[in-house]
Amino acid sequence: MNAGYLADLALVLSAVLFAIGVGGVLVRRNAIIVFMCVELMLNAVNLSLVTFSRLHGIDGQIIVFFVISVAAAEAAVGLALILAIFRHYETVDLEAFRRLRW
Amino acid sequence: MTLDYASQSHYLIALLPEGIVTLGAFAVLLVDVFSRGRDSGPGGPWLERISVLSLLGAVAASLWLGFAVEAEPGLVAVDGFRLSGNLILLGGSLLAVLYAVDYGHREGLHIGEFYALLLLATAGMMVLVGAQDLVLVFLGLELMSIAVYVLTGFNRRDPRSAEAGLKYFLVGAFASAFVLYGIALLYGATGSTNLSEVMGVVTARTAEGSVLLAGGVLLLLIGFAYKIAAVPFHMWTPDAYEGAPTSVTGYMAVGVKAAAFVALLRVFSVQLAPAADFWSGVVWWLAMLTMIVPNLVALVQNNVKRMLAYSSVAHAGYLLVGVAAGTAFGRAASLFYLAAYTLMTLGAFAVVYAVAGKGDRRMTLADFRGLGWRRPALGFALLVFLLSLAGFPPTGGFVGKLFLLRAAIDADQVSLAVTLVLTSLISYYYYFRVVWKMYFEEGAEQAIASPGRAFRFSTAVCTGGVLLLGLLPGPALRAFERAGSEVATSEAIEVPAAATGAPTVGAEAAGSGP
Repeated sequence: MNAGYLADLALVLSAVLFAIGVGGVLVRRNAIIVFMCVELMLNAVNLSLVTFSRLHGIDGQIIVFFVISVAAAEAAVGLALILAIFRHYETVDLEAFRRLRW
Repeated sequence: MTLDYASQSHYLIALLPEGIVTLGAFAVLLVDVFSRGRDSGPGGPWLERISVLSLLGAVAASLWLGFAVEAEPGLVAVDGFRLSGNLILLGGSLLAVLYAVDYGHREGLHIGEFYALLLLATAGMMVLVGAQDLVLVFLGLELMSIAVYVLTGFNRRDPRSAEAGLKYFLVGAFASAFVLYGIALLYGATGSTNLSEVMGVVTARTAEGSVLLAGGVLLLLIGFAYKIAAVPFHMWTPDAYEGAPTSVTGYMAVGVKAAAFVALLRVFSVQLAPAADFWSGVVWWLAMLTMIVPNLVALVQNNVKRMLAYSSVAHAGYLLVGVAAGTAFGRAASLFYLAAYTLMTLGAFAVVYAVAGKGDRRMTLADFRGLGWRRPALGFALLVFLLSLAGFPPTGGFVGKLFLLRAAIDADQVSLAVTLVLTSLISYYYYFRVVWKMYFEEGAEQAIASPGRAFRFSTAVCTGGVLLLGLLPGPALRAFERAGSEVATSEAIEVPAAATGAPTVGAEAAGSGP
């Protein structure tokens, strides 16, 4: 098993994970699960970046650290917003938030 | 002065405006924390003074960077394009701070964090505008977006605000993931995240990895399309704009869109111009749909704030025409239109904010009946903004549309030009319906509270600016034309199709694409 084959495998896995994340965001109706799917997408990208950095040098791995820290900031804000809306509606079901017309 | 990025400290100079605004944000937070609990009120006038001062400082620093400093190609661009983008953004932020002052007084909200978030969002926008590296594009985008998510959900007492914040957050984070995946694929295809180096590799196009390249360009474009709210990625816009506190809505519509557009112009219309066959067809369709769909939906809106939200989506379509043109004049026209759009949209949302009153309640068409007679100044301001949004002389919106038309026709994008004119005609109906209500129908006698000094000043500035851009467009256009043609590209790498040559490729591909 050579390195190129492994890299291809990792890229395919990353694409599949990203697609699962996209599917989850589009299909699921629970705000927290939708948010988890977004995190899954970000981590799928991290996998790609690490794989590419095997070909192109260290840059990709450095970007991963930026992504992790940004994702952490996003998680803090996102969970706070979910908490804020839970106080008003007592649910995190996206179908229930209908005060604004889609 | 010439910046040499071999020494790290020169990055501090290149990022001086962003640094000033960030320090301003931290200063606001500190002053806010330490003055809490005193009788004199939270922070008093100091918070807004610090905000305004740091924004003015950033304006000065941007001007100094733009005129007195040259730089080697590096992570941050130091060019006229960034200067113009910064000035538009900082102008919008200054006006937004002034509106926020009024908002805090009216709602009795404690808004120390509001200023800090506004400044941080502005810093993110400026990073985005100056980014010459895809990682910096991502970081700027996130710094801007995360701050604006919080601003959207800022009014915790209002369920609409929380709902808008959550929806905006989920869609925005989703879009960021697309941008990031696009960046990862571009990095995989070219081995670099620096835009100049990416451009060099793309120009020399090695056949292998062109799948990665195409995928990366498309994902990046989709991510940006979410951020600028282009159809069909606009579904979040009306909800987020309607639910957010009105003083935030104006800022969202103006700042986020302007920053994302300037970045879009830099990344696609300049640096990725050699890869135009991958994206120009998509941009053509985005522009087409974004002009047609929201203009039709806006016809049936009874809520003026929601109508303006759709109108701002439609304006993203007009601006995309400038991107699709792909020429230096297209970039200049887009910048001019962004300047006019900033003033007229911020102003229009501000008038809606004043009419809506405490708690953002009165926003239907009926609430605007007789406004022109009851509050002549407010009515006249809204009249000017609506005329400009519709594209009537003598306003900045009219001149801007004219320039966009010329850019489209110069680039042989006649179908886009025709659509622009036709959709503008459709939009007359919903803009003038408001004007009709204002002047030709009797209003119910509900009192509109007199807005404060800061509000009156910034609305006057918006009105004056829109009229000035309409009556004397020459100086602004010349400045933007220079900015549009002097976008930093790398001279270190031999690029035959730099800034001027490449756009014709884009124009041809776009013409044949659809």
